[in-house]
Amino acid sequence: MKVFDTRFELAGFLAAAAVLLLLIPGLNAFVPEGSAMHVSGFQLSLWGKYVTYAVLAMSLNLLWGYTGLLCLCQSMFFALGGYAFGMYLMLMIGERGAYKSPLPDFMVFLGYQELPIHWVPFYNFWFATGAVLWVPGLAAFIFGFLAFRSRIKGVYFSILTQALTYAACLLFFRNDFTFGGNNGFTDFKEILGADINAVSTQRWLFVGSVLLMGATYILISWMLKTKFGKVQQAIRDSENRVRFSGYSTTHYKLLIFVLSAMIAGAAGAFYVPQVGIINPGEMTAAKSLDVVVWVALGGRGTKFGPIIGAVAVNLLKSYATRLYPDSWLIILGLIFILVVLFMPNGLVGLPEQIRGLFRKFRPASQPSLKETVEPSEA
Amino acid sequence: MRRLHILCVWIFLIPFTLLAESRPTREILEDLVLANSSQTQGLLDDLSQTGDAFVKEFVDSWRIGEVYLWETGEETLVLHKVSEAYHRVSTNELLDLDADEIAGLSKARPSRKLRKALKKITDTIDLVSPVESVRIDAVRKLGLSGNAAYLPVLEQRFEVEDSKKVSRAIEEVLLVHRLKNSEDSGESLETVKRLGEIRSFLAKESIENVLQMALADDNEELVLACKLSLRSINNRQTLVNQLGNLFRGLSLGSVLLMVSFGLAITFGLMGIINMAHGEFIAIGGYTCYIVQNLFASWFGVQSAAYQWFFIVSLPVSFLVAGVIGLGFEKAFIRFLYRRPLESLLATWGLSMVLQQVYRLVFGAANVQVYTPDFLMGSFEIGGASLSYTRLFVIGFALLIVVATWLLLTKTKLGLYIRAVMQNRQMAASLGIPVSRVNSMTFAFGCGLASLAGAVLSQIGNVGPSMGQAYIVDSFMVVVAGSVGNLLGAGISAMGIGVVDQFLQPTLGPVMGKITVFAVIILFLQWKPGGLFPTKSRSLED
Repeated sequence: MKVFDTRFELAGFLAAAAVLLLLIPGLNAFVPEGSAMHVSGFQLSLWGKYVTYAVLAMSLNLLWGYTGLLCLCQSMFFALGGYAFGMYLMLMIGERGAYKSPLPDFMVFLGYQELPIHWVPFYNFWFATGAVLWVPGLAAFIFGFLAFRSRIKGVYFSILTQALTYAACLLFFRNDFTFGGNNGFTDFKEILGADINAVSTQRWLFVGSVLLMGATYILISWMLKTKFGKVQQAIRDSENRVRFSGYSTTHYKLLIFVLSAMIAGAAGAFYVPQVGIINPGEMTAAKSLDVVVWVALGGRGTKFGPIIGAVAVNLLKSYATRLYPDSWLIILGLIFILVVLFMPNGLVGLPEQIRGLFRKFRPASQPSLKETVEPSEA
Repeated sequence: MRRLHILCVWIFLIPFTLLAESRPTREILEDLVLANSSQTQGLLDDLSQTGDAFVKEFVDSWRIGEVYLWETGEETLVLHKVSEAYHRVSTNELLDLDADEIAGLSKARPSRKLRKALKKITDTIDLVSPVESVRIDAVRKLGLSGNAAYLPVLEQRFEVEDSKKVSRAIEEVLLVHRLKNSEDSGESLETVKRLGEIRSFLAKESIENVLQMALADDNEELVLACKLSLRSINNRQTLVNQLGNLFRGLSLGSVLLMVSFGLAITFGLMGIINMAHGEFIAIGGYTCYIVQNLFASWFGVQSAAYQWFFIVSLPVSFLVAGVIGLGFEKAFIRFLYRRPLESLLATWGLSMVLQQVYRLVFGAANVQVYTPDFLMGSFEIGGASLSYTRLFVIGFALLIVVATWLLLTKTKLGLYIRAVMQNRQMAASLGIPVSRVNSMTFAFGCGLASLAGAVLSQIGNVGPSMGQAYIVDSFMVVVAGSVGNLLGAGISAMGIGVVDQFLQPTLGPVMGKITVFAVIILFLQWKPGGLFPTKSRSLED
């Protein structure tokens, strides 16, 4: 089955893969330090972070852009994945922590005598990797089951997911929740026996993040082509018609919600070792809304938009917070307002929008554009 | 308005009433400093009856040598030095002394015997204070100090006391004291029974001790009496705790109600999810702060007019936020009707901008808004204390409910609002100016948020992100109470507030909140449309 829409898209995908998988890690590994072409380890993990953000944005786009569910707990799934992998990393510190104890530092600090029982399996790398997927997946399943069953949709879904994020954030801030409270996890030492701060490890983590992004891209592209994907998009456009046609939209939505949570969790797991810290600040409702901005700016309901949006906003953020630390939030807020008002198709749709302005009308032969112009919630 | 006038006069009069009572005290004190040993006893007796808090302050100054004698040649004046300024004691007149005159002052010190007598007076002077709550506090303090020397004083007071509350407090502490020192089991029995009858919380520990001893002695009658008394005390205590929880719950519910009313209106009417609602709350808080500072610079902090800043800032904050809300509505929110998800995003952007603007203008730290004097203190009912600020919040929320109801049912705008809420197209085709109604409604919603913020300045912090603390809760209120239904919003606000406060003592604030959230999710399983869902044949509602 063909995954890509056009030959142009395939070429772009391959080119991006070549640059991200071969060129950038290559420039890091083989070009000597000090050369203008060298990509430093810092740059590598910075871009690795952007890539995980892009995956997070793609997972939200799967929900919001293609199913019409504006979910405000995507950052919670991201953080849950991050926490699950962080537990493994915390245990791998071993006795190199500040207290020289096999327990993680914060547990010693809080007076734990032995490892809580639910921490024990996380000594195993593969268990942790599995947990990265099933923990957010399970959370999404339970909440999604309750929410979709009572047909909570549209704005109500957004509000409830926001409250869920808020509740989870409060929970993770508690010290007695055994996840490090306020400070979360940090000061990791090694991953699968390799030094986590070594440039080669960072290179592999970067390559891993890029592979995750590629896989997510292919998965979403493939899904959109299947019958499942068609039903999914039909739910976005008119859920009641789909239900009347005999499809159980609850099951579709639940499956997509869980899948999206798992993708977000996997992104979180790549995020934590590259950034070196995870704390409850990552699962606030504000972070979730940030992800929504990325998707909206890049282009909601487009395959490539979320990636562009995530990278563009974060690049802008790292420059703006340095140059205009006081007004960064104002800039971001204004972007938000302007994008919503004037760029319903985001950056990806911008050329088309400008062309349309010139022609004073939109070509009727572009149904894919039309779908994104008129959102279904009306 | 009439009530406000009365209030104003009352506030204005307070300083005079205090002055009127303090004059004789000051004269007695001046005489006392100048008196010879034969006159002191009479003056001390007079002094002990004044109940004036100034006596304590003066005696302290006298002891540490800040009371001076000034021989003017004709007479001897007694001066009281307060923060480097000299006042004549009898008149409280500020005297402007030059350096020579200051050098000529001589310190007055009380004799050892007099100091002892004064100490007794200052210790017990609160017992005769004109303020009832001060007397009660003094009774408890003296009675529970364990010092038997104060007992006769308390007994004397009991004879002349006319306030029932104070008499009861005296009886209670006397009983507790007797129980602690009782040697005889018959006396203990009587005391325990009486303490149980008056449901004394103070006696709980002592009765438990007596119970232990009685168990050891096998004194069945006493054991029974102790158990009965303890049970009635515990029952009362539980009742008082529940009452306190209920009261705190109602006040939290009132806050939620005020915050969520505006939200319910804008959301129900226009489908606008105003994520910047919290920032409009902050506008109210900051308006209070600005008005307070203006009043302080116009009238001075000491003036009676300064106390009015809070009352004035309520309508001002409503107007300020209303105008700002109107501006935003005209600028961009009107493009977002019927696109609720997008309105959520745009207003979130607005919220970020506003928060940062507050930070840049007012600083990232919280600002201080003072409580006006008439909201200080608390009101006691059956042992539970209800603070005036919280009572005010509850009352004010009621006022808002009534005002909103009147607006919606008795005015033309209200009629229009209800029409647009029910059916936008139909309303438009009947000639209702829908866009103007939208603007006014949005402005009204923002004004309500801001009023809530102004009231919140009395019970919470005022800071750039003060609205964030309430926004999630108030969204939950709106969803649980059915969107656009004010009765539903009111009931669910009170319900969430009370449930939250009843859960907090056992579960702690965080788990309490999470439990409330879980309860709401489960509640929506049962009633997906909230408490009072709109009945409609339309599919998409």
